[in-house]
Amino acid sequence: MIHQDSKVLLEVRGLCATVNGTEILKGLDLTVRSGEIHAIMGPNGSGKSTFSKILAGHSAYEVTGGTVMFQGQNLLDLAPEERARAGVFLAFQYPIEIPGVINSQFLRLTYNTVQTHRGKEELDPLEFDDYVREKMKLLEMSPDFLERSVNEGFSGGEKKRNEILQMAMLDPRLAILDETDSGLDIDALRIVANGVNQLANKDNAIVLVTHYQRLLNYIVPDFVHVMEAGRIIKTGGKELAFELETRGYDWVGVEHKAATRATA
Amino acid sequence: MSATLQNLVNQPYKHGFVTSIESDVAPKGLNADTIRMISAKKKEPEWLLEFRLKSYEAWLKMEEPAWPNVHYPKIDFQAISYYAAPKQKPKLKSMDEVDPELLRTFEKLGVPLHERMALAGVAVDVIFDSVSVATTYKDKLAEVGIIFCSMSEAVLDHPELVKKYIGTVIPSGDNFYAALNSAVFTDGSFCYIPKGVKCPMDLSTYFRINTEESGQFERTLIVAEEGASVSYLEGCTAPAFSSNQLHAAVVELVALDNADIKYSTVQNWYAGDENGVGGIYNFVTKRGLAKGVNSRISWTQVETGSAITWKYPSCVLLGDNSVGEFYSVAVTNHYQQADTGTKMIHIGKNTRSTIVSKGISAGHSNNSYRGLVKIAPSATGARNYSQCDSMLVGQNSGAHTFPYIQVANNSSQIEHEASTSKIGEDQLFYFAQRGIDAEAAVSMIINGFCKDVFQQLPMEFAVEATALLSFKLEGSVG
Repeated sequence: MIHQDSKVLLEVRGLCATVNGTEILKGLDLTVRSGEIHAIMGPNGSGKSTFSKILAGHSAYEVTGGTVMFQGQNLLDLAPEERARAGVFLAFQYPIEIPGVINSQFLRLTYNTVQTHRGKEELDPLEFDDYVREKMKLLEMSPDFLERSVNEGFSGGEKKRNEILQMAMLDPRLAILDETDSGLDIDALRIVANGVNQLANKDNAIVLVTHYQRLLNYIVPDFVHVMEAGRIIKTGGKELAFELETRGYDWVGVEHKAATRATA
Repeated sequence: MSATLQNLVNQPYKHGFVTSIESDVAPKGLNADTIRMISAKKKEPEWLLEFRLKSYEAWLKMEEPAWPNVHYPKIDFQAISYYAAPKQKPKLKSMDEVDPELLRTFEKLGVPLHERMALAGVAVDVIFDSVSVATTYKDKLAEVGIIFCSMSEAVLDHPELVKKYIGTVIPSGDNFYAALNSAVFTDGSFCYIPKGVKCPMDLSTYFRINTEESGQFERTLIVAEEGASVSYLEGCTAPAFSSNQLHAAVVELVALDNADIKYSTVQNWYAGDENGVGGIYNFVTKRGLAKGVNSRISWTQVETGSAITWKYPSCVLLGDNSVGEFYSVAVTNHYQQADTGTKMIHIGKNTRSTIVSKGISAGHSNNSYRGLVKIAPSATGARNYSQCDSMLVGQNSGAHTFPYIQVANNSSQIEHEASTSKIGEDQLFYFAQRGIDAEAAVSMIINGFCKDVFQQLPMEFAVEATALLSFKLEGSVG
């Protein structure tokens, strides 16, 4: 929901980044205010996923220019774990398997770590069990999830639900959902989207990174951005997503080039 | 580690095994006279001297094993001094005199305070009544007829028991290092559990308080009579320093009918520095004989120290329905090398064995599992289950698995599972994205990896072992 007077959560200006010397982001601008839902769309290789990993602080990417402010703080100064504790959450496109680490223990450690950094009380295993089971209902997850190793042998849909479960637990200010719809069947998509919608509120913001319009039928964005070659080249409302679905991405690039030429 | 401690532990390496004891040190080198001298100094009976000399004769004809997957400069056995009078560790008056770096390590490992004092060499009786603890302990054991003392005492006080069992599980000519140990062993532990007695507490080397070093050629013998059971803990999680570079210990276990011996080790000898300079060569022979029917021998080891570990705690399953178990975690970092595993020799009918081995290699280290499962023609209905998992940390470490299976009875069942995994950047990033720093993440991953083994350890040991592993791998990831 757009509120004109709501606070700016995230302010990205002229962000440039490389991986192994190759330039991936080339001057990206984005402003996200609390209460808003943004969708970042674009063809493969446009830099969408890179952008989300850079916000989370992945070490494989080098920021070569620009600024990222998060709640008035220079996000790029913070280590990945500090960003998470400050309220930046990334739902991974491919959540990694961690054999041998029991999900319930992992979830409790992450919950308590983040709580502690927010000056709140930790939960003991029994209290946490009650807490997490309540959150799991939101995502229609079966309790045996808790006893399995983190993401190990999970289906695509189970992995994505596990991500949103963590989002529900950690209550982030800014949640970036990287291709959360990929690999989900229609029922799982509905459940995950429903979970996300219930978590959206006026104090947080959600950035959906997606290739397809499909997800946006369930989670309705306030803004749709089109990325190409490491930049956001067009921003519109939710209608833009429908237009992209019917016309593809090419026309946006052509239009953008024409516009750039005109102003030059 | 502070420069002082490092100097201390590296000294023998630099100066070629010179021990810095003022008096009562045998001249370097090994010959029959040296052995006679050791035996005489210890006032040993004639049969033990004969045992030693026979072992020495065998050793002379043997060659150092070249098959382990470890590499080190040739040891000059004539440059070692084989006897030094039991030496007192320098006593410190209070914890204030202890190296702060050592204290920091204890802190990290969560070693209990009184234990820290003993380990750091503080005169514990000043602050903590160690004598009374040891005494209470001994009295309690004596009540039920358990003998728990040093090997030297046992030779003098219970010669018939020592004579009956020593060298019966590991014959003096078993292998190069066992033969050497049998010829020159200085001290160790002796433990005897009489018929039908369940030892009321875990027996720990820590409680056999000895202020002197047990020496580089340690010899341990544990005998559980019919229906007896005992859990024995060796070592501790705190770092152990030694002025000797070569350690060649021998441990023999004998379990008679329906007896049960559980032997747990945490080995944290000095591992050398981050460049692989210094460190202990830990060449150990450990074997249990499940002699009686329904007897059980269980080895649990957490190996984190030593520059080189060469060790295969084994079970000879002679009695029908006897059970052998081996649970192992071996961690190597920097330039450490470990070649460790087990042998399960099935002889009796319906004998069962379980092997769970977890190897973790970090830095430039090399970690090998080597195991033998042998089913003799007589071992009808024998079963073995083996699981060997390796975990690599970083780019430069190596993990190797050498399983040997020899089956001579077609009614047996053998299962072998193996896996290799890696702590990857992406796993750590996943933890970080959830607010968890690399140290906590590694600790959680390692614990998950090792939990099948840690479950086998006595409770407090398991907690300490967990902390120890994180500590050993600190800074090796990310």
